[in-house]
Amino acid sequence: MRGLLSDDNRIIRVQHLLRTFGTVTAVNDVTFDVRRGETFAFLGPNGAGKTTTIKMLTTVLRPTSGTLELDGLDPVTQSTEVRKRLGVVFQDPSLDSELTAWENVDLHGVLYHVPRRVRRERGEALLRLFELWDRRNDLVKTFSGGMRRRLEIARGLLHTPKVLFLDEPTLGLDPQSRNQMWTIVKNLNVTEGVTVFLTTHYMDEADRVADRIAVIDHGRIVATGSSAELKQQTGADSLEAAFLKLTGTTIRDEAFSATDQMRQFARFVRR
Amino acid sequence: MGVVYILWLRELKKYLRSRVQIVASLGAPLMYLGVLGFGLGPVFRRAGEGSYLQFMAPGVIGMTVLFTAMFSGIAMLWDRQFGFLKETLVAPVPRLQIMIGRTLGGATVAVLQGLLIFAATLVAGFRPVSLLAIPAAFLVIALIAIVFAALATAIGSTLKEMQGFQMVMNFFVMPLWFLSGALYPLQGLPPALAVLTRVDPLTYGVDGVRGIMLGASHFGIAVDVGVLLAVGVLFVAAGAWRFSKIEV
Repeated sequence: MRGLLSDDNRIIRVQHLLRTFGTVTAVNDVTFDVRRGETFAFLGPNGAGKTTTIKMLTTVLRPTSGTLELDGLDPVTQSTEVRKRLGVVFQDPSLDSELTAWENVDLHGVLYHVPRRVRRERGEALLRLFELWDRRNDLVKTFSGGMRRRLEIARGLLHTPKVLFLDEPTLGLDPQSRNQMWTIVKNLNVTEGVTVFLTTHYMDEADRVADRIAVIDHGRIVATGSSAELKQQTGADSLEAAFLKLTGTTIRDEAFSATDQMRQFARFVRR
Repeated sequence: MGVVYILWLRELKKYLRSRVQIVASLGAPLMYLGVLGFGLGPVFRRAGEGSYLQFMAPGVIGMTVLFTAMFSGIAMLWDRQFGFLKETLVAPVPRLQIMIGRTLGGATVAVLQGLLIFAATLVAGFRPVSLLAIPAAFLVIALIAIVFAALATAIGSTLKEMQGFQMVMNFFVMPLWFLSGALYPLQGLPPALAVLTRVDPLTYGVDGVRGIMLGASHFGIAVDVGVLLAVGVLFVAAGAWRFSKIEV
C-alpha cells in the first residue's frame, strides 16, 4: 500500500544534513523531504544556509555528515546520474556572454547528451516560451538581466530535468520580469511535472508560487508547511510577519568574502 | 567526443569573434620582429652570424604561440569569474573531457596566431629553406601550443583570483620567453644561463622550428621533438589533475 508519503512520492530526502566550513556550521542537522512535482521554497535570511544546502543537493559540495537522496540516488557517490536529473540555475550567472543565446542552449544540450534533433526542437520551444527566440542569434552580453535569467532557466530545462533548482532566481529583476518568469515556471511545473526547488527572500514570491515552504535560519530548519500553515502556526496575518516571527528581526551580516570581492571586481570590469 | 568538440569549437568561435584581440596580440611580436629584427641585424651580421631576421623569426613565432596558449588557458579565470566554468563542471560529463576540449581549443587558437605571425615574418623578409619545411615546422608549433595550453590549464585551475593573471605573466610567460633562446644563439652562453635555457621547454620548441625552417638546430630536431612530447604528456597530466580538483 502506498500512501501520500510513501518513498515513491518523495524525490528529495534529506536527513540530518550537516556541513561545516572550518569552525563555522553553515548547515546544522537539516531534515526535510520534497515531493514529486511540487514547488518547494527555501526561505531564509542572508547566510542562513540556503545556497550551501543547494550546493550539496546538486553534487557541487560534499556534506560533512548526514544523508541525501535525489530520485533514489546519492549525490555523493552517484553524482553523474544525479546531475542528469537536475536543472540548476545558480545564484550567480553561468552563461557564456561571448556566445549567442542559441549557442549557450546548444552547448548545454551537448554537455547533457541531448540528441541533436531534441536540442533543436525543445531548444526552440523553450526559447519561444521564454520570449527569447527572436534574439537567439544575439550575443548574450547584449542581454538585460531579466533576459539572461530567462535564458538560464530555459537552458536548465533543455535536458528535461526531474528537478529544477532555482537559487534566488529573481534577485535584481524588476516586478514585470519576476512576474513573467514565475508564470512560465509554474506552467512548466504543471505541464511537465518538473519539481521546482527554489530559494528566495521575497515573501510574496514564496507565497505565490510555493506549495510548501521550509524556513531556514542559522543553518537550521525552523518551520515547514504551506504558506497558510506557517501563518496559522505563528498566528501572523502575512507570510512576512510569520517569517519575522520565526527568524527574528536582527539584521544578518554575511562575511565579506574573497568571492564577494571578486564579484565586485567583475561588475567593475564588465562596465 | 561531442563534449570535447563543442568546447573546442567554443574557444575557436570566441577567438574568431574578437578581431580587436587578434590584432592587439600581434602587436608585441611584430614590434620585436620589426625593431629587434632590423635593429640588431647589423651587429649580428658583423659578428659573423648571418641574418638576424632569419634567426629570430622562428623565435617570434614561438613567442606568439607561447603568449596565446598561456593566455587562453588563463582565460579560465574569466570563466570562473563570470560563471560559465560552473555550467560545465556540474554537467554529467567527465572533467577530463572538459579539460581536453578547452586545452585543445586554446592550442588551436595559438597555432592560428602562429600562422598569422609567420605570414608577417614572410612579409618582413624571412625565408624558410624550403616550402616543405613549413608544414613540418607547424607540427612542432602545434606541439609547443599544446605544451603551454596544458600548462596554462594547470595554472588557471589552481589560481582563484583575477589578480593572479599578472603574476603568471611576470613569473611564467616572460621568463619562458626570454630564456628560450628566441632572441640569442645558445652557443657560448654563461653556464648559469645555459642551464636555465635548457630547463625552458620553449627552448626546444624554438630550436625545433629553427632546425626545420633554417636547417640548423642546436640540439637536433629529434631531441627537440622528444623533449616537447615528454613535457607535453607531463603538462597535460598536470592540467587534468589540477582541473579535476577545482571546487565550484
